[in-house]
Amino acid sequence: MASITLDKLAHSYSANPKTDADFALKEIDYQWEDGGAYALLGPSGCGKTTLLNIISGLLVPSKGHIRFDGQDVTHLQPEQRNIAQVFQFPVIYDTMTVRENLAFPLINRRVPRDEIARRVSDMIDVLDLSDKADRKARGLTADEKQKISLGRGLVRYDVNAILFDEPLTVIDPHMKWQLRTKLKDLHRQLGHTMIYVTHDQTEALTFADKVVVMYEGEVVQIGTPEELFNEPAHTFVGYFIGSPGMNVIPCEIDGKTAKVGDLRIDLPAGYKTSASKSELGIRPEFVSLSSDGSGLPVQIDAVENIGRFKIVRANLQGHAINALLKEHENVPADPTLSFETARINVYENSHLVRAGG
Amino acid sequence: MDKPYNNKAWFFVIPVFVLVALSAVIPIMTVINYSFQDTFGNNQFFWAGTEWFQDVLRSDRFWDALARNLLFSFIILSIEIPLGIAIALTMPKKGIWVPVCLVLMALPLLIPWNVVGTIWQIFGRADIGLLGHTIEQLGFEYNYASNVLHAWLTIILMDVWHWTSLVVLLCYAGLVSIPEAYYQAAKIDGASKWSVFRYIQLPKIRGVLIIAFLLRFMDSFMIYTEPFVLTGGGPGNSTTFMSIDLVKQAIGQFDLGPAAAMSLVYQLIVLTVCYVFFTVMSNVGVDKPDARVED
Repeated sequence: MASITLDKLAHSYSANPKTDADFALKEIDYQWEDGGAYALLGPSGCGKTTLLNIISGLLVPSKGHIRFDGQDVTHLQPEQRNIAQVFQFPVIYDTMTVRENLAFPLINRRVPRDEIARRVSDMIDVLDLSDKADRKARGLTADEKQKISLGRGLVRYDVNAILFDEPLTVIDPHMKWQLRTKLKDLHRQLGHTMIYVTHDQTEALTFADKVVVMYEGEVVQIGTPEELFNEPAHTFVGYFIGSPGMNVIPCEIDGKTAKVGDLRIDLPAGYKTSASKSELGIRPEFVSLSSDGSGLPVQIDAVENIGRFKIVRANLQGHAINALLKEHENVPADPTLSFETARINVYENSHLVRAGG
Repeated sequence: MDKPYNNKAWFFVIPVFVLVALSAVIPIMTVINYSFQDTFGNNQFFWAGTEWFQDVLRSDRFWDALARNLLFSFIILSIEIPLGIAIALTMPKKGIWVPVCLVLMALPLLIPWNVVGTIWQIFGRADIGLLGHTIEQLGFEYNYASNVLHAWLTIILMDVWHWTSLVVLLCYAGLVSIPEAYYQAAKIDGASKWSVFRYIQLPKIRGVLIIAFLLRFMDSFMIYTEPFVLTGGGPGNSTTFMSIDLVKQAIGQFDLGPAAAMSLVYQLIVLTVCYVFFTVMSNVGVDKPDARVED
């Protein structure tokens, strides 16, 4: 087990990157703590798999260094880094039994025979595969195969980190929950550093202690699920996380008020701004509707019932705004809209601005 | 519910019936017909029973030809399959060399079989052929027309040259379809090159390998054109394979009955061997066929 340091890391797939846009992964500086559970979250093509492959050693970065416990491993081969990786599609050795699959990485590392037998039996119990241990792996279901891929990493208990590249993509929805819970359990039991790549916010938020959100090759925020929800550092994080995502409304900032068209909205604090593009962000959870005429005049476009909540799609001076109502709440007649002032975030050029800044 | 019932649908099937009848059923029935009868010309036939079959199975000529066929198939399979896999493994997976390699590999397959025979006939001649002349210059005596061993070596070399490409192309297709993640996982598991071949590549190309094996077996077992052009079955009878013998009997000697019986036995052997190979090879490394899930 190890902490992983990314030191001014960047990667480009072209030989001579010139502009920023040539980089699939823009410069990143970060330290992954030993034993932490991290998620790399972002839409397809945002560079998260690139980052993962750099950590595992399948890719050599164009710039910067990567260190495991302070030791530079930038140019080491994957097998020398002592990491495990679970891929999007389960990788199993078809002709081997489940037991042989799990023993394979140990045999290659010349672990003593009785030690292999002991660890493999332990792992089979942990993975709940005892009844299939001596079956050929090719006949198993997708989630069982994925468990084997995972097991091949876990059976080497001294691995520096276990990396997951969207491991639940091909798993049936009802098995996803089980497998994710299993992963969480294993993390608690064995305490490996785990890095989990996904584009599914639910997976990321439930699995990880810290979530790294990536967007167009750039890390836009690293934080706990709460931080991502309450204070998205970038408007992208705002609407990528949450369902529906954060409302982002272009505005002009003037001290403690924001002007949207000819409406004035109170802000939690005073902001000094100079940027060309200012926006305010408010989560639908903190938008409320009332009929007493105290709020902002809006027009309701649609109401969607999604079970425990209703999503109200409203139109404020031409800007689309979502509000979340509890199941039993009704949309009032002649509604006006109000924001919970303390929950408003202000963005300049898409980045969060702190009060007074 | 009443379904409309219309016999006109049969018209759609008629072309297939006609084609299959002309290409398979009628010729085979004719052969079966000949194999049980004797004729002295004038289109007069006499019932012969199983006499021709007994003759065929009792004749040394048949068994010798069969032995030659089996030996030949065994030799070329044990060369072409490993060689084909080896070449496929060394071919590039991507880049500008891929089409170049593929075209080079496909070239021998594009040449008509009798031309292949002719090419090697000239290539191997000691007076004007590059191969034959080079060997002579190196101080070895070489004459495929009079030396049995030389004739066999030349035919085997010719077949390897002609058909290894097929095995290569099939294996290559199997190899490039293996997802990159398998190689990455193997790398992370610390697998050696041999392990990667043994546990990933070989199992993944098993399907195409079975096809390559069967195709090469059937083709080599029915080989006719190339040795016919190259040696005409000689020297002596040393390269007279079953198909060559069959043609000699049917067309050379016009013994329709024995030839028909022989060709039926011949076909039965091919079918049986292919069936056995296919069954055995499909079941290697698979346990509990009832629990098998194809992926």
